[in-house]
Amino acid sequence: MKSYPITLKTFGEKAILIEWPNKVEEAILEDIIRFKALLESELDANFEFVPAYNSIAIISNTTNFNLEKLEKKIPSLYEKNRTLIKTEKVLWKIPVCYDVEFGIDIREVASNLNMTPEELIKIHSSHNYTVYGIGFLPGFMYLGGLPGKIETKRKDVPRLKVTKGAVGLAGKQTGIYPQESPGGWNIIGNCPIPIFNSNAKEPCFVNVGDKIKFESISRAEYDLHKIEGEVGIYKPEKISLNA
Amino acid sequence: MLKVLKSGFFTTIQDNGRYGYRDKGVPVSGAMDMVSVSRANRLLENNLNAAVLEITMTGPTLLFENDTYIALGGAWLSPTLNNKPIDNYKVYKALKGDILSYGRLEKGFRSYLAVKDGFKTTPVLGSQSHYYPLTATKCISELQEIEFNECGSFAPKISELQMDTYLDINLLEVYQGPEYKMLGKKQLEDLFLKEFSVSKDNNRMAYQLNETITGHSKTILTSATQPGTVQLTPSGKIIILMKDGQTTGGYPRILQLSEEAICILAQKKSTDKLKFKMFKP
Repeated sequence: MKSYPITLKTFGEKAILIEWPNKVEEAILEDIIRFKALLESELDANFEFVPAYNSIAIISNTTNFNLEKLEKKIPSLYEKNRTLIKTEKVLWKIPVCYDVEFGIDIREVASNLNMTPEELIKIHSSHNYTVYGIGFLPGFMYLGGLPGKIETKRKDVPRLKVTKGAVGLAGKQTGIYPQESPGGWNIIGNCPIPIFNSNAKEPCFVNVGDKIKFESISRAEYDLHKIEGEVGIYKPEKISLNA
Repeated sequence: MLKVLKSGFFTTIQDNGRYGYRDKGVPVSGAMDMVSVSRANRLLENNLNAAVLEITMTGPTLLFENDTYIALGGAWLSPTLNNKPIDNYKVYKALKGDILSYGRLEKGFRSYLAVKDGFKTTPVLGSQSHYYPLTATKCISELQEIEFNECGSFAPKISELQMDTYLDINLLEVYQGPEYKMLGKKQLEDLFLKEFSVSKDNNRMAYQLNETITGHSKTILTSATQPGTVQLTPSGKIIILMKDGQTTGGYPRILQLSEEAICILAQKKSTDKLKFKMFKP
């Protein structure tokens, strides 16, 4: 397995930031996720790990630990054979209704891209996207891998209110608003299931490193999944990608 | 129960914070000024994670429906118990029917009310701290009743602590942030010599500063942020993330506040002055 040159930086009194080369690359993300699994098995429960794109932050939730000692330990941990660490590769199928009732910008976006809304939906829902990070809002996924054909500029004037579950397109990015918030992305559909549910034991089923595929659903299916989501019986379809 | 007769400007329930979900985008939340909260909780011999009320700028009016012991801390909001002035960091017995109210904001910005054993609200993901929409509400509201355990007798080992002096401090001790090295000579000079003031855009998520420094064109890949992370926008604006701040961000992180500096900043309000000082071991 390839090893990358990693850089360590102290990040305040409670955290260390480890950085990989400054690139958006799946192999780098995979290495980060494997190393995260190794760190989780080596360090105690007082630590949290925040992976994103080319970095992982190790944050202590107590002040009662030796930052320097930990910093010294990390390079040798990284040298450890990470191939022994098994991480599950997962693809989640996320239902999206692209009906114009939800996809309030879909006609305009499709027309700007010189295609029909149907073509846009087909392209958007036929690719696997990689979750490079979760942040900004609880359950907000930074997705990579948007086909260049459907890149579109964000709205000139952001909306003060974008509904929960709205699926947006902006620049090289696509994603789901996990809660109502202001936002400047073009809205092309809505996802009926909660990506973040604070009542659940595991509030967000997606992890950084997972893959996402959007599945176009009808209005009737939307209503059904919405109710299933609300009563907590909706189970997102999970496909294991491990060979 | 504590009955909220008036809610004040922005009063929330806060404990130590919500840990273990930052990789899912959940901010840690928790009291902005943990130094003051720890002092008040210690006086009551509470667990240091005991939930308190965080009172911002304008105080609430509160009716005790059971007996308990209380301690106040943080900002000085001229509090009275049944119209008699009371002090910060002193244990008082509050009896059923007593009314706690607040007056003028004299110093600081966030005041805390601790009760014996803490307020008892339902935790969400391991914490009682308000953070909407994880919690059903953003803050406490009029006529809400907040539960606490009745306590008829308690003999505190220490009944009083000196008043805070750190409300007067305007020097924020910082460490180098992950992108500190990108700063040029002029930027560093401005950062450590200039006096800054708090913008009107300041809340539990972030504090913005009015004065800018030279901007930049550096882009970084989205990466982890923490409470106390100082971000520099391309136009040179300084944003300091606080307890409800996002867990990842795309602006260069030039500095990181010490844990104590976060508490000092939490007591600053719009137009208050401050300076940065690099930590020297």
